[in-house]
Parts: sequence; structure tokens; C-alpha cells
Amino acid sequence: MPAIRVRLGAFSAALVLAVAVSTTASAQKKYDTGASDTEIKIGNIMPYSGPASAYGVIGKTEEAFFRKVNAEGGVNGRKINFVTYDDAYSPPKTVEQARKLVESDEVLLIFNSLGTPPNSAIQKYMNQKKVPQLFVATGATKWNDPQNFPWTMGWQPNYQSETIIYAKYILKNKPDAKIAVLYQNDDYGKDYLKGFKDGLGAKAASMIVIEDSYEVSEPTIDSHIVRLKATGADVFMNITTPKFAAQAIKKNAELGWKPLHFLNNVSGSIGSVIKPAGFENAQGIISSQYFKDPTDAQWKNDPAMIAWNEFLDKYYPEANRADASVMYGYIVSQGLVHVLKACGDNLTRENIMKQAASIKDFEPAGLLPGVKVNTSATDFAPLSQLQLIRFKGEHWERFGEVLSGDVGG
Amino acid sequence: MSAAEEAIAEGHEAVEAVPKRAMTLGTGTSLVVLAALLVVPMFVKNFIIFQMTMLLIYGLAVLALNILTGGSGQFSLGQSAFYAVGAYTSAVLMEHANINYALTIPVSAVICFGFGYLFGKPALRLSGIYLALATFALATAMPQLLKLNFLEHWTGGVQGLVVTKPDAPFGLPMSQDMWLYYFTLAVTVAIYIFSVNLLRSRSGRAFMAIRDNEIAASSMGVNVALYKTLAFGVSAGITGVAGSLGAIAVQFVAPDSYTITLAISLFLGMVVGGVGWLPGSFVGAAFIIFVPNMAESISKGLSGAVFGVLLFLVIYLVPHGARQVAIFGQQLVGKLRKN
Repeated sequence: MPAIRVRLGAFSAALVLAVAVSTTASAQKKYDTGASDTEIKIGNIMPYSGPASAYGVIGKTEEAFFRKVNAEGGVNGRKINFVTYDDAYSPPKTVEQARKLVESDEVLLIFNSLGTPPNSAIQKYMNQKKVPQLFVATGATKWNDPQNFPWTMGWQPNYQSETIIYAKYILKNKPDAKIAVLYQNDDYGKDYLKGFKDGLGAKAASMIVIEDSYEVSEPTIDSHIVRLKATGADVFMNITTPKFAAQAIKKNAELGWKPLHFLNNVSGSIGSVIKPAGFENAQGIISSQYFKDPTDAQWKNDPAMIAWNEFLDKYYPEANRADASVMYGYIVSQGLVHVLKACGDNLTRENIMKQAASIKDFEPAGLLPGVKVNTSATDFAPLSQLQLIRFKGEHWERFGEVLSGDVGG
Repeated sequence: MSAAEEAIAEGHEAVEAVPKRAMTLGTGTSLVVLAALLVVPMFVKNFIIFQMTMLLIYGLAVLALNILTGGSGQFSLGQSAFYAVGAYTSAVLMEHANINYALTIPVSAVICFGFGYLFGKPALRLSGIYLALATFALATAMPQLLKLNFLEHWTGGVQGLVVTKPDAPFGLPMSQDMWLYYFTLAVTVAIYIFSVNLLRSRSGRAFMAIRDNEIAASSMGVNVALYKTLAFGVSAGITGVAGSLGAIAVQFVAPDSYTITLAISLFLGMVVGGVGWLPGSFVGAAFIIFVPNMAESISKGLSGAVFGVLLFLVIYLVPHGARQVAIFGQQLVGKLRKN
């Protein structure tokens, strides 16, 4: 074996030399796997098929947005290479796709992978590998945990902070309320419910007169609404996804039940929820928002909305503009570009997380006035502000101040 | 009623009678395949090793279904439920009771065997499409059962459980992925040998007699009820082992991982691999793992449609799946030798 050993020795010497030369050549520029002088490789996992395939639009919007960025010269001269895979919302498939992105495609980071179960499945792996799992597309509260998971960061206001805001409003304006809660029996529904109870604090037990849950597989929730009405509650906390939210609003009107109605912002879309349920049935409903609803007429001449429409015309003409996911994808993509720009020529994974954790008052186009992106080494929840809105006529009216409901994971 | 529906409704014709010798590969071929499975991981990336591990795991699950359907002629669309029970057994034991991963696998096998055996009891009264429906109900119920409140303390509810991946023991210089691959390979080989021997044994002959003609079998003295439930138990037990290995390899269990889609994928794998041909199970597993990826790379928006077309082509061109291809290959080799 001596011959091989000698050759190995010579080889490693050459390697050391090569590394030394290349580091001196690019003393200023630092790269991890997936980044180079000309390209930044970004991975993404979306449910393009399966039960949550409606959200696949987010991935398509992001891809269109990065095409726009590239056409305009890229980020600091580097083109974004966006590799997006389908996991059909199935956690084992997410693990396979994440490993493919990290180990086979060698991306710099995974951006905005969608869904709580899929992201839970890869969180440990990503943190072991020290690859950023940046701006995950889920409202669960647990992503804000920089202590245990320094490589994972959330994006949107989390569910708990939203219901905490409603609870605070109820305590202040209707302290003797009898509250009926309807929630979807999964992580999303339970997270919302927890925030709501935490927000009500010690009074939760006495104020909530009924907690009812439904399964996402049920064809209609009419019978649940009948049960809620029978308790005589005067406040309705409606934690449902769009299809069911529309059913609930309609059924309330049919039954003539007129509680103070709080609707979670997941279902705040005018195009896909309020309009099908009937404008006349939705008057007075309270919800919250952090970005502009494209179907809301008041933003028609807003510069951000005009820019958004121009982008869609040019890069994603087939998009359904009433779909809030398109706006969501547009905003979160700006977040990534902001972080990559801030990294400059130091495109290491460590620096990505460092820059992502030091965003100050960033306002991507599309957010409501006053809502800003803020992070720090201990705050991995980029968006945590919401504005209360009330439905009037044919659109949402903002009222009160922009509220913050920061919660740790 | 179309011809195909009739064939299923009558129960046994849909599963072609496979002679037991045709159920396996020759010794020489088996050894070549085994050698390839042993050597390949040393030369590929960790990601490919992970995919090969998943292939073996899904292969085991398809094999289990193959014993049930190809061996004893009973249909099941409920394999995902047994897979889930196996996965959760391992995950709960490892994370809450700190039991070594290797020890959780026999526990899963026993629990799933019992579960399958008990489920096989009421299933005795059903056959053909009715049995398929009953097992379908099991598969749809399972994800919701796992979300139940009083189990949540153990199962983690909708959030699922994160499982710690084992390191290679005795300080062996290999990555976690490679160790897990060899561990899975050892379990797979053991179960494969067990299955082949089972089908060649007295019990196996009884399974096949029931598959071919239940009345004839019982008049020959085969205890039909016992062997039918036994087939369910064995199949569930093996699926449970696959589920355990799957939980360890994926490092995560959640109710959404074990929906009816998984059961249908396994069924698909069995048909593509060739019903009743045990080695075909692994070909079928390769189909359900790799073909969706291929379809996605052809067209992202139409991946489902592309997958459908590919599946249609397979069923149309080689209705008996991989077995047909293998037999064709064998004949070709035979002809070449003669010349």
C-alpha cells in the first residue's frame, strides 16, 4: 500500500494548496454550498398535489417573483435558482424532498416550505444539518424558538397572537360575554384555541360556554352552528378554514343568530369567503389582517397594489387575483430577497440566519400601513402585528391601532 | 356490471393462481441482488442511501400485502392503519419509554400481529370488494383515532412525535443513514426468507388452497377461519415492522403521514410488482417511490396526470406487473442459451 499512501499524501497536499489559493483569491467573498459568484440556489417544498394543493399557488407566485428578480439583474448580481418540489402535504415525502434539496441539489437554504406537519417533520433534520429553514409558511406558534431551533424561522403572525388580540378586545369591550367557540380539530384549530384561552386568562372557564370542534372531512358544519346557537351565547369565535367559514356565516343568518362574530384571518378573504356567504350576512364581523386584500376595492389605486398587478401581468398572468395566497407569496419573497441583499458577499448559512434575525422595520410592498417586519436574536417571529377590521358594506374597514401579540414558541 | 367487476365480485378470479415455485427468485439471482444491495451504499450519497432504505421499507409493506392478497386471496385497503400502529408503537416506546429502537421492532410486530388477527375475525364474514371496503374504513379511521384527545399525551396529537435517529453501534465508522440502511436490510432479508418459507410450508399451502377455492380447501380439512385470520395477522405484523422502520428512518410520525393515500400506494405497488410474486414487492415499492418524482420532473402542474398515464401504460402493457417482465426476461435468456 505505500504507493497509494504517497499518492494520497501528494493529493492532500495539492488540495490544501488549492484551498489556500482559492481563499486568498476571494478573501472578501464567503460562500456555503449553494451559493457562488453567479448563483444562489434556494430550495422550496410545496403541496402542489394532495389535500392542501390550493396552497401550491404560493410556490408558483414565488417562482414568478424570482424570475422577475433575475430579469432585473438578480440579488447583488447573483441569479436566484429556485428549486421547488411537491410533497403532497405528506410528512414522509417532505423529509425525502428536504434531503434531496440539501444533499442532492445542494441548496443554500430551504425557504417557505408549507404546512405545520411537513415542517415539523424536517425541523430536526434541518437543525442537525445547520441549513436554514427560513420563513416557514405556517402560522403555528412553535417556530419562534431560537434557543432550541436556531436554524428555523417563522414568517406570518402566529395563530396564538391573533386570538390573543381578539380575547383582549372582548375583555375590554364585552367583559360579561358568553362565548361560543367553533374550531377545526387539528393543529391549526387547537393553536388558535390555546391563544384565545391564554388571552382570556382566568376568565376563560367562566366566559366560554361551549367549545365545539369539527373535522375537516365533514361536508357541512350546519349542525354545529345549531348547537352553538342553542347555548344562547352572544359572542362567536369562529376558527374555521374558508369553506367552513362561508357556511358558518350563511347558517348564522339563516338561523337569525346575531352574536358578536370573530372570524380568524385565515378566512378573511372577501373573494373566497364573504362574497359566497353573502355580503348582507357578513355585516359587523370582526377579523384581523396584516396584508392588503387584493379583492378589497379600497386598495385599487394603492401604489403597492398597482406594482403587484404589473408583476402578475408580466410574470404570472394566469394567477387568480382574488386568491390571498398570491399576495402572501409576493410578500414573503420580498422578505427573502431582503435577507439575501443584506448578506452581501457573505453567503454562508450562518450569515443568512444572522441577517434574517436582524431585520428592522422592513416594510415589503403589500403589508397594511403600519405593519412592519422585525426580528432579533431572540425573536424569530418576523410578523407579529395585526390590525382589527370590521366588515361593512362590501369591504373590511380597519379600526383601532395596529396591535401586537408577540408570543414565544 | 362489467366483466372486471364480476371478476372481483366473485372473489377469487381477480387473484390469479400462482404456483408456489413461481413466487420467488432463483437462488443465484437472489444472491446477485443481495450482493448489489450490500455493495451499492458504499459508493453513493447519503440521500440515495436514505431512498434505498425507504425502498426496502415500502417493499416490506408491499410484501406483507402480497402475502395477504397473493397468498390467501384476501383484499386489504387498510394496510396504512397497520403501518401507522407499527410506526407509533416504535415512536412512543423510543421517545416516552427510552427503549432501544431495535427492541421496539419485535414489539411492533407482536402488537400489529394481534391487531391484524383480531381485525381478521370480523373480516371472515366478508370477501372480495366487501372486505376491501371494510379495510378501507379502517384506513380512513386511523388518522383520526391518532388525534384523539386522551391519546394525545402519548401520540403528540396532530403535532406528531419527533423520533431520534440511532447512531451506528460499537463505534462503527459509518453514517447514521448507512447504519440504518444495513439494519433495515438485515430485517428485510430475515422477513423475506421467513415469508418465502411460510408460503412453502403447510400454512402457505393452506393459504393458497383457500385462495384458489375456499370450499375445496375446507373439504380437504383446512381450517379456513384460522388460516384467513392468520394471514391477516402475519400481514399486519410485517406491515407493523415496516412502519417501525419507517418511523425511525423518517424521524417523525404524524397522523397525516398515514392516510388512505398510503394504503392505496401500497396496493398499487403490489399490482405493479405482480400479485403473488414476492420479489415484485420491491419493484412495486420502487414504482411508488420514484415514479411520482419522475412525473414531477416532467410537469409540475400536471404531475398527477403524468403519473396516471404512466400507471395506465404499465397496467395496459404488462398487466401482471414486474413478474411478467421477469418471466419474459427469463425466456429470453433461455432462448439465447439454446442458440
